[in-house]
Amino acid sequence: MAAREEILAALRRNAPAPAPAPDLAGLGADFPEPLAELERSVAAVGGQFLRVSDRGAVVLPPSKRVVSLVPGIGRSTVDLDDVTDPRALADLDLAVLPGELAVAENGAVWVEGRRLGQRAVFVIAEHLVLVVAAADVVSNLHQAYARLEGRRPGYGVFISGPSKTADIEQALVVGAQGARTCTVVVVG
Amino acid sequence: MWRYAFRVDHPSSAARFLADSGRAHWHDQAVWWVRQKRDAAASLVPDWEALRDAAARIKAHTLSRLAGYLEEFERNALALGARVHWARDAAEHNAIVHGILAERGVTRLVKSKSMLTEECRLNPYLEARGIEVVDTDLGERIVQLAEEPPSHIVMPAIHRKKEEIGELFHVHLGTRRGVSDPALLTEAARHHLRAKLLAAGAGLTGVNFAVAELGALVVCTNEGNADLGASLPPLHIACMGVEKIVPRARDLPVFLRLLARSATGQPITTYTTHYFGPQPGGELHIVIVDNGRSAQLGDERLRRSLACIRCGACMNTCPVFRRSGGHSYGYTVPGPIGSILAPTRQPAHHATLPFASSLCGSCSDVCPVRIDLHHELLELRHALAEKRLVPLGKRLALRLAAFVLGWTGLYRLAGWLARRLVPRLPRSWVYGAWNAWGRQRELPPMPRASFRALYRRRPGGRA
Repeated sequence: MAAREEILAALRRNAPAPAPAPDLAGLGADFPEPLAELERSVAAVGGQFLRVSDRGAVVLPPSKRVVSLVPGIGRSTVDLDDVTDPRALADLDLAVLPGELAVAENGAVWVEGRRLGQRAVFVIAEHLVLVVAAADVVSNLHQAYARLEGRRPGYGVFISGPSKTADIEQALVVGAQGARTCTVVVVG
Repeated sequence: MWRYAFRVDHPSSAARFLADSGRAHWHDQAVWWVRQKRDAAASLVPDWEALRDAAARIKAHTLSRLAGYLEEFERNALALGARVHWARDAAEHNAIVHGILAERGVTRLVKSKSMLTEECRLNPYLEARGIEVVDTDLGERIVQLAEEPPSHIVMPAIHRKKEEIGELFHVHLGTRRGVSDPALLTEAARHHLRAKLLAAGAGLTGVNFAVAELGALVVCTNEGNADLGASLPPLHIACMGVEKIVPRARDLPVFLRLLARSATGQPITTYTTHYFGPQPGGELHIVIVDNGRSAQLGDERLRRSLACIRCGACMNTCPVFRRSGGHSYGYTVPGPIGSILAPTRQPAHHATLPFASSLCGSCSDVCPVRIDLHHELLELRHALAEKRLVPLGKRLALRLAAFVLGWTGLYRLAGWLARRLVPRLPRSWVYGAWNAWGRQRELPPMPRASFRALYRRRPGGRA
């Protein structure tokens, strides 16, 4: 490990004088109505927003290959327990996934890997439905990380809207390589 | 295969770019549009300036104890089941990546955006050893097919018109000739890249943030290619510079709130993926690269640019970048930040870059981590002059100017001579090859009297 030792020694030798870590308290505003802000943010990032009183009220378009990890919304036609190679999910039409929390300021929903089975499922599906409880909507990203403190989910992703790109002449195209649509369902 | 084989001469490459004035104007407008989107997004965040302060201080703190945080990161990453490799330079980095692939017989690699692997010239290295490398970010794929480097770190193909991309896709992806609609081209790329992603034996990603206390990596993307590349094949290689560390998970929201807003005006990227070790049954290899960064840390004048989070905002706002194009910089990272990083690493090669700035300071104003870009550019000019890396003519002219400015009498005499001589000289002399300033501009008419004389003559004036 000569490289490791040399790099660390050089970084120590060249380190500037100690600078304290800043206090981050006070960053991030609270929205008076986080749910209304979330709805606005989800629309702004190209997603759809749906508020329902209970899961039974969600009607999904008919799809052939479906993975639903949320009881009561959609019906799985693909059992993730049978999938040993994520590439077998290549023609997945719809994934319905539980979100641990949603962030009002940017429309992002936190999805954890340990609940996915295959972590590719959220990005390989053509259409994505993320389900969050109304009580799990926070105003800003600082609050989100405070809630996630101490968790080691193996894999976790903030998903904000459908996959998109503007790499060709800055023209926004939705459905670049991941999900073409992303619906955030808030329950309760 | 493209490479930057020559000493970079920014003024000449900028002149070539500007020769096509229609395209230059189009580029200027396209990039400025992104700057405006950034402004709109930043203005919606009430604590924007406090966020910039916090980000700058987290980076300063981290850089002051980088070695300790890297060790902490390594310990935690190992505990999560990742493998950690260390590379002193680009050659070691490339050899490590190739070694990982070769050991497992992988011949097809998919990559998401990684400026570090561009810096290390990983693609040609692997291709020369029989490995197919596919850049899967749409913009990166476009420039890969066009056999040219990215011209922008966030929008690699910003210099390309859609008709050119249509032609490129017609040749390489089999789209119909003449198709230039961005939606159709993106759809064609989706199918092309999905096939490559499904066939790959390994996926390589860059790293936006490596969290010391977690041992986790964070990758921010919009298209989904990084998530596919890191999840479909069982082998994930993540390459990061030593400066990508943040100490704690609660530092992440500070940077994530700034990064996408500064880059594209989005409130956050579509996917902000946190990798805690490998996927079940898979492997995660993290390659930590120095390649000149530790030396830069030792230079008090230039270390602050190590705080860069690669948002590209300084490029989008820079009047020189917008009017000279990313390729004119001849370095992986162009624009104001690249004009610091490149000559810091290779002064002789990139000596013209710190002069590719009007020092207007717009870059420093938009930088989310408050790098004092235009002051660092000025510092670099001093450093290059000390190393005699500034052209002789410029050095002599400035020495003469310094001499004249140092003697009041001489200065007055020079002014007196100029006022009388310049109007009488033939135009070809005044606007000769030596007068770069006068190539596109007229000198102002010589005043009849000096400022000193005018000041003395003002009502109630005294010398």
